[in-house]
Order: sequence, then C-alpha cells, then structure tokens
Amino acid sequence: MSAVPVSPPEKTSGVMAKIIGVPSAGPLLVLLAFGLIFAITNPRFLATHNLSIILQQTVIIGTLAIGQTLVILTAGIDLAVGAICVLGTIIAGKLVTSGYDPALSMAFSVLVCTAAGFAAGGLISGLRLPPFIVTLGILGILTAALRLISAGGAFPVRDEFLGWTGNTLRLGGFIVTYGVLLMFVLYALVWYLLNETKWGRHVYAIGNSPEAARLVGIPVRRHLLSVYLLAGFIYGIGAWLALGRIPNADPNALQTANLDSITAVVIGGTSLFGGRGGLIGTLIGALIVGVLRNGLTLAGIDPLWQDLVTGILVIVAVALDQLSRRKG
Amino acid sequence: MKTPAPLQPIPSDSAGIVLEARNVVKRYGHMTALDGVDFELRAGEILAVVGDNGAGKSTLIKALTGAVHPDGGEILLDGEPVHFKGPLDARHRGIETVYQDLAVAPALDIASNLFLGRELRRPGIMGSVFRRLDKKRMRQEAERSMAELKFRLPSITNAVEALSGGQRQGVAVARAALFARKLVIMDEPTAALGVRETGQVLELIRAIRDRGLPVVLISHNMPNVFELADRIHIMRLGRRAAVVSPKTHSMGDVVAIMTGATRVEEARDPGV
Repeated sequence: MSAVPVSPPEKTSGVMAKIIGVPSAGPLLVLLAFGLIFAITNPRFLATHNLSIILQQTVIIGTLAIGQTLVILTAGIDLAVGAICVLGTIIAGKLVTSGYDPALSMAFSVLVCTAAGFAAGGLISGLRLPPFIVTLGILGILTAALRLISAGGAFPVRDEFLGWTGNTLRLGGFIVTYGVLLMFVLYALVWYLLNETKWGRHVYAIGNSPEAARLVGIPVRRHLLSVYLLAGFIYGIGAWLALGRIPNADPNALQTANLDSITAVVIGGTSLFGGRGGLIGTLIGALIVGVLRNGLTLAGIDPLWQDLVTGILVIVAVALDQLSRRKG
Repeated sequence: MKTPAPLQPIPSDSAGIVLEARNVVKRYGHMTALDGVDFELRAGEILAVVGDNGAGKSTLIKALTGAVHPDGGEILLDGEPVHFKGPLDARHRGIETVYQDLAVAPALDIASNLFLGRELRRPGIMGSVFRRLDKKRMRQEAERSMAELKFRLPSITNAVEALSGGQRQGVAVARAALFARKLVIMDEPTAALGVRETGQVLELIRAIRDRGLPVVLISHNMPNVFELADRIHIMRLGRRAAVVSPKTHSMGDVVAIMTGATRVEEARDPGV
C-alpha cells in the first residue's frame, strides 16, 4: 500500500509541496493509522488477498472521485456522478444485449457519459447556474429516465469485453483486477494534467479566484466546460469498471456514489471552496474509506458504524479545511 | 493655498510618445463620458491621471486598454493608429494593466502567479507533445525579474496567500512589468493597501519606470501622485483640463483645476 508517494521525487520545495505534499500528508497519516490499528487487531487484515479486495472495493468510487476532484477544484460539486455512471452501465448493457459489438457499445456509452458531463458543464458555464443545482437536476432527470429505459428493473450483462475490467492478474503476491490497474492509470494521467500542464494550473487558478483568472486572460467558461467534459468521460470509464465488478445493469445502483466520492475528495484534503488539494489526496481518501469499511467488517462490527465513522471523518476534514482558511 | 494664474501647460515634444489619444469621444446614451479627450504618454515617464469622480478617468483608461470602443477620435500606439478589439488585444500589443483589486490566485505560488495565463512549456517533445510546464525556468525567470525590480519576497515558491497585501499587489505589478513591452497602466493600484504597503508598491512602480517602461498611474491619492509622477494629466468634464508637472504646481493647483476653480486657457498640448 506504500505505492502512494506523499510528494513526487522532484523538488519538495516547489509548487508540488504547496499543492499536493502538504494537504495529503494528513490524510496519509490517517490512512496509515487506520491500517496499523486494523493490522494489530486482526492479522488477516494485512493478508495480500485482503489488500487486493480493498483495492477492488475501492475501484468504482476511487475512479468517480477523480472526476469529482476536478469539479470540486473549480469550486463546484457534482451530484450526478453516480447517475451518469449508471447511465453508462445501462446503455452499454442494453446495446450489448441487443446484439451490438461490445467494444463499440462501451465506447458509445463512454461518449454518452462525456456528453452528460458536457451538458452539465454547458449549463454551469453558459447559463452561469450553480453546479449544485445543475447536477442535482441532472441526477433527478437521469434517475427517472434510467428507470423508464430499463423498465424499472435490473438486468444481467454477460459479456466478455464488458466484464474484462473484473479479470484478474497476479502481480507478485497480489491479485489485481485490470480495473484496478485502469484506475491507477487514470489517476496518473489526470495527476499529470493537473500538476504538469497549463490546463491543470488554470483549473487551480479558476478555483482560487475566477475573477483573477479572467483578468489574466484565461477563458474561464470554456475551461469549466472542459473540466465537466473530462469528468463525464471519467464517469464513463467508471461504468466499465462497475460492469467488471458486478455484471449487472441496475438503475438503482450506486445511489451512495455521490456522497462516497465527495467523501473521498474531502477526506483527501481537497477544499470544497476550490483551488486547493489534489488527486493524490483523493486516492488516499478513497483508500481510507475502503480500509475503514474492510477493517470494520473484518472486526465483525455492524456496517452502520462504518457510515458513522465515515461521517465523522468528513466533518473533521471540512472543519480542518475551514480552520486552516481562517488562519490564512 | 496659492493660486498662480494663469497656469501654463507643459509643452510637448512629439518625439518619444508611446501612447496617444486624439479627440476621443465616448457616449453612453445621452451621457458624454469622453468629450474629445487628448492623451499623451511619453517614453520613460510616470504619467498620473487624476480627476474627480465622473470626470472620465476610468472611461479614458478603458478606451486606452480596449475595454470600451470609442465613438470618435483615434488612439495611436508608437505613432500608429490602433483599434483594440478588447483588453486581450491591447495586451497582445504590449499594454499591461494592473487593477485595484488584487488579481492573484491566492493558493498558487508566486512564480505560478507571475506566469498565470502565459505559462512556459518545456523545450522539445515534452513541451510540444506532452504539454509539460517548465516550472524550473518559470521559477528562475520569476526570481530574476523580482531581483531586477529589487522587490524583496520571502521565496518565489511561497503561496501568494502567505504574503502581505502589499507584497501580493507587488506580484500583480511585477507580472505586468514582466510581460509589458510598451507600457503599464495601473488603475488605483494602492487603493486597497495600508500606508507601509503602499510604499512598497510605489517603490516597485518607480523601479519599472527606471527600467525604461512608461507607466500610466490612475490614482485618487494626491500625495502618492506627487511623490511618483513626472507629469500629471488632469481630467475634467470628459476632457483633458491640463497637464502639469509636480515640480511647478502644488496639490492645491491640481485640485483647483480638477474642480474647475482655476481655468486653464489652452490645456491641449500644441501638437507637432
């Protein structure tokens, strides 16, 4: 689990330390603390197959949280994460069960998810509507539409290609699914975009101060649109990962994905006010939630306690963010 | 307050005029904001623009930076007529503007703020294909330009929010200086600052002038204007009432011209 560097090897004094290093140091300590507690209380926790299971359980929320991080960095919020992802699973499932080529079906469904992100971004940047309201509206529309499309019920999706992300391979002692690898690849790519390119720099600038961004000539609205577009694409990939975990297209699935992804982002140290935080924190945040659920389950504790502890963590994380802002 | 009459405008030498406006008119409905205003910024000077509220100061600046389109008259940059399509256009032509409100991204570091919107990419394939930022070069350039302006900051990698208000505005001013090729326009740059912080920013403005970049300073603060300006352009009723030198005129004189208490017979520069 130590595959997550606190800060990249290059100059720790640079922007890195400011943007990534400092905010994710706290979450990393929390992750290690929970890991230590569970490892001491239950020897089965650190078994490689258990760690593999944690990763697999983290894969969907962990992936959706990438898009959520991008949106929250611009001081927005995405309440349609889960709904867009489910949209992807149902479209891919419907097409494949109607006999279309699985790869093309999946590509089309990723495209539809991207379009959904584009629609959200268009309403937010074009009509200047609050992200909260727009994505809440899309959540409502999609939830109803998906039940209509699938006639209310879930249906099984049995397909080699759609289920591919659930296939496993051995890496050393670990059994990893292709989905987990895909998630890490997405984290690496989007991390690069956020930290090493102008595009990412401008995401932070807009989250910090849209007015300052506009004054230095950043096309703020177009940039916001691109953020929601990319987020939609990532939710589409999330749909593929979801089909790999459970070969089922269910309009009622992933109902807690909104809160879970926001939880991962917030616990990971990204500020709900935008402009601060980063992807490494989000990955750690998603792992904290995964470790917590797994550890408490192993300890035989009622699942309700998992939600309770997660809820406390969210409030603590937001409170710390508020406090640090008040000081600054 | 002494009232020396009649005030003589400073004669102009047409050589070395960087930015010029001739007889510029701007109307908003029935309201005439600019009523045939002239304007002239010379190489290497700090030109203060003063005027009462509603005298047309800010409309003049907007016309000069492309934020509004004049209804009449012409604007010349280095002697050539220009028609700015917008602020970005003016900026591409080498005119940078610093605003009163601190236009910085607080959580980003100083170097990132200096290069915000104009980031440098790595040379070669890393830059062209992978779009990778050249953070090292941006840091070095930022350090170099700060040293040139003798603007002391804790560290170029500090987040801007860790700086004082004066230092933050200093970052915005330095950014303008770093990218301006022709001139820098400062719109009330110290209005949001305390006395000591204002001093830091004034030093910086002087350093920019001393590097050869002319500065237009819009300010309400007469002591600041008299401390910094080489010439003072006085707006009244949408026109240029006079251009005076702080060496020959007192604050009282300037206020008198601003308010119309003193008439200036022919304020326009004689021209070529």
